[in-house]
Amino acid sequence: STRRSSFPDEVLERVLSLLKTHRDRSSVSLVCKDWYNAERWSRTHVFIGNCYSVSPEIVARRFPKIRSVTLKGKPRFSDFNLVPENWGADIHAWLVVFAAKYPFLEELRLKRMAISDESLEFLAVSFPNFKALSLLSCDGFSTNGLAAIATHCKNLTELDIQENGIDDKGGSWLSCFPESFTSLEVLNFANLSSDIKFDALERLVGRCKSMRVLKLNRSVSLEQLQRLLVNAPQLAELGTGSFSEELTFRQYVELESALSNCKNMHTLSGLWDAKGIYLPALYPVCTHLTFLNLSYAALRSDELAKLLAHCPRLKRLWVLDTVEDKGLEAVGLNCPLLEELRVFPADPFDEEIIHGVTEAGFVAVSFGCPRLHYVLYFCRQMTNAAVATIVQNCPDFTHFRLCIMNPGQPDYITNEPMDEAFGAVVKTCTKLQRLSVSGRLTDLTFEYIGRYAKNLETLSVAFAGSSDWGMQCVMGGCSKLRKLEIRDCPFGNAALLSGLEKYESMRSLWMSACNVTMNGCRLLAREMPRLNVEVMKEDGSDDSQADKVYVYRSIAGPRRDAPPSVLTL
Amino acid sequence: MERRVNYENDLNLMATELRLGLPGCGDDEPQRKTNPSIRNNKRTAPEISEVSSSESSSSITMSGSDDQDSPPPAKEQVVGWPPIRSYRKNCLQSSKRNEVEGMGMYVKVSVDGAPYLRKIDLKVYRSYPQLLKALENMFKLTIGAYSKREGYNGSDYAPTYEDKDGDWMLVGDVPWEMFISSCKRLRIMKGSEARGLGCV
Repeated sequence: STRRSSFPDEVLERVLSLLKTHRDRSSVSLVCKDWYNAERWSRTHVFIGNCYSVSPEIVARRFPKIRSVTLKGKPRFSDFNLVPENWGADIHAWLVVFAAKYPFLEELRLKRMAISDESLEFLAVSFPNFKALSLLSCDGFSTNGLAAIATHCKNLTELDIQENGIDDKGGSWLSCFPESFTSLEVLNFANLSSDIKFDALERLVGRCKSMRVLKLNRSVSLEQLQRLLVNAPQLAELGTGSFSEELTFRQYVELESALSNCKNMHTLSGLWDAKGIYLPALYPVCTHLTFLNLSYAALRSDELAKLLAHCPRLKRLWVLDTVEDKGLEAVGLNCPLLEELRVFPADPFDEEIIHGVTEAGFVAVSFGCPRLHYVLYFCRQMTNAAVATIVQNCPDFTHFRLCIMNPGQPDYITNEPMDEAFGAVVKTCTKLQRLSVSGRLTDLTFEYIGRYAKNLETLSVAFAGSSDWGMQCVMGGCSKLRKLEIRDCPFGNAALLSGLEKYESMRSLWMSACNVTMNGCRLLAREMPRLNVEVMKEDGSDDSQADKVYVYRSIAGPRRDAPPSVLTL
Repeated sequence: MERRVNYENDLNLMATELRLGLPGCGDDEPQRKTNPSIRNNKRTAPEISEVSSSESSSSITMSGSDDQDSPPPAKEQVVGWPPIRSYRKNCLQSSKRNEVEGMGMYVKVSVDGAPYLRKIDLKVYRSYPQLLKALENMFKLTIGAYSKREGYNGSDYAPTYEDKDGDWMLVGDVPWEMFISSCKRLRIMKGSEARGLGCV
């Protein structure tokens, strides 16, 4: 017979309430029934990585005291238009359940979900304590929905609208915050393009004394920025508006002065259309900056170099490849504490472009920034030798995302596949959690990954591999794999089915434009009833081909809201 | 014998190449079923190119009407490659548009009763008389002279503009530089509405 727990439930719950991460909480809940119960009663935040893996009713039944929800919906490749319209991931059904079971809900963070204005209005009126709304890469709503939030959410502290497909109907939503409203701490509307009423914004910022994050949209001018900053020197994160209008000398001095009063500022972004001559106004802020996002400012190498000379404490830097290798050399020289670098392409679709960054820039950064552990790098040429040098200098990579933009391109000096590059990455970087590969790759790359990448959780593959064997190596070797997304690779049914045992321990698998057939998918669905196997058919394709396959584990069974183009097997 | 390896091509040249040596030597994919490079049935039509990404619900001020500066259609593009979010792509396109125009200030001009709108670059003009003359030429109408007291009274047409705050203002009241920096679009009003302006 089991021994009863030696301390009361309330104490256990109190102790467990100190656990924050959902992984710790999952572990705890598996210990025994008492702990399972104590954990479920003390959990206030739930993270759901795939909205179809569970139903809102199941969540509400297990966790009665939730105040904060994070939900992710569509497969990541929907960001790149590979997922059909109306695919699903609609938030509404969740909101209806939450309104009944969690009337005191405070926070909702959504990624790749579909949300309508009606849903936003429903949200705004159903939860009197609602505090924080964060929408990233979502779609289906307009600025009318934001107006409803601004109008009704009296206790709102956070409105964070990022990179969504919004129907921007104008800036009047911002004027919907009542004059009595003062609680806002985070306001990010950089996503929107239309003009807002500046007076309304100025008054809002002026009366929200606890505001620490303010990210403006492009329509806000430098002169207006200065007026806002004068009333909000406490800001910790700032996203400027357009950084390019003509300023008088006095206006420039006033702007510089306002910025220098922001002693708490550690994150800077925006800087749309930044003109080099005004960047010195930022120098006072740069000394204590830890995150600088220049990915919307097409700076040249000399402009970046001058700016970085003032940013010794930088840990995270995002830039456009207009800075070129020379700009990246400046990164290596000036930012020894750098941990994360993202280089985005300014002209991703123009094949004639000969500038941008190359392997040389990446190598230069690696020499100067030994703490680098997160990189996203878009380039047009790379070599195996360069990558080997890079990981030798920076062995602590946890996230290595390299995108050689021409699909299937080999090492441009030796003309060999890029197998050895990624081999070096997985052999050297033992802490690697996330990997995106590109360039010309044979099965050898995947042999390396399966053999060495023992901590790998997320793998993205495109235009790579030679045969089923490649994918089989990954499925067999990467014991911690949770998310696998593959496009345009010669992996077929044998590869798909080699992961039979594995998919239940993963969040999801995506395979598109591979060699998987409908029969292969049906077999998988039959053998593994706790997986949802969904196939998206394209117009005009062969009936037997499974054009796009999305496989995920679920305790909610097959979904009932799939559009006609999505078949659940 | 020189080995020619062409990866971008759909022809699998390796398979038909004559070589000295035992079959199975050489480092490459003997069993490749399909060429891993771009597959034919996934290509988008060239003319869709950069705006293939625009979802219907994106906040686009740049879709549709602006065609005078679209770059030449790129070589056949692959859907969703390189993997960049639509939002970022749209922002970059908008920046490029500004560069192409040399930081020009194109605004729409509508005339009451005209079947379609025009666009003009305000940066080209240095003063109100220059601008008004250009508008008169473009639309074949007469606007007349501006006076501070009476606006464009005496004329059938009155030029108005929408400013940054969304208000419709009479062209000519504020200094030229201020007008340039706040004008979002122009509307040439006609008839009784026009004659009403300036008489307030």
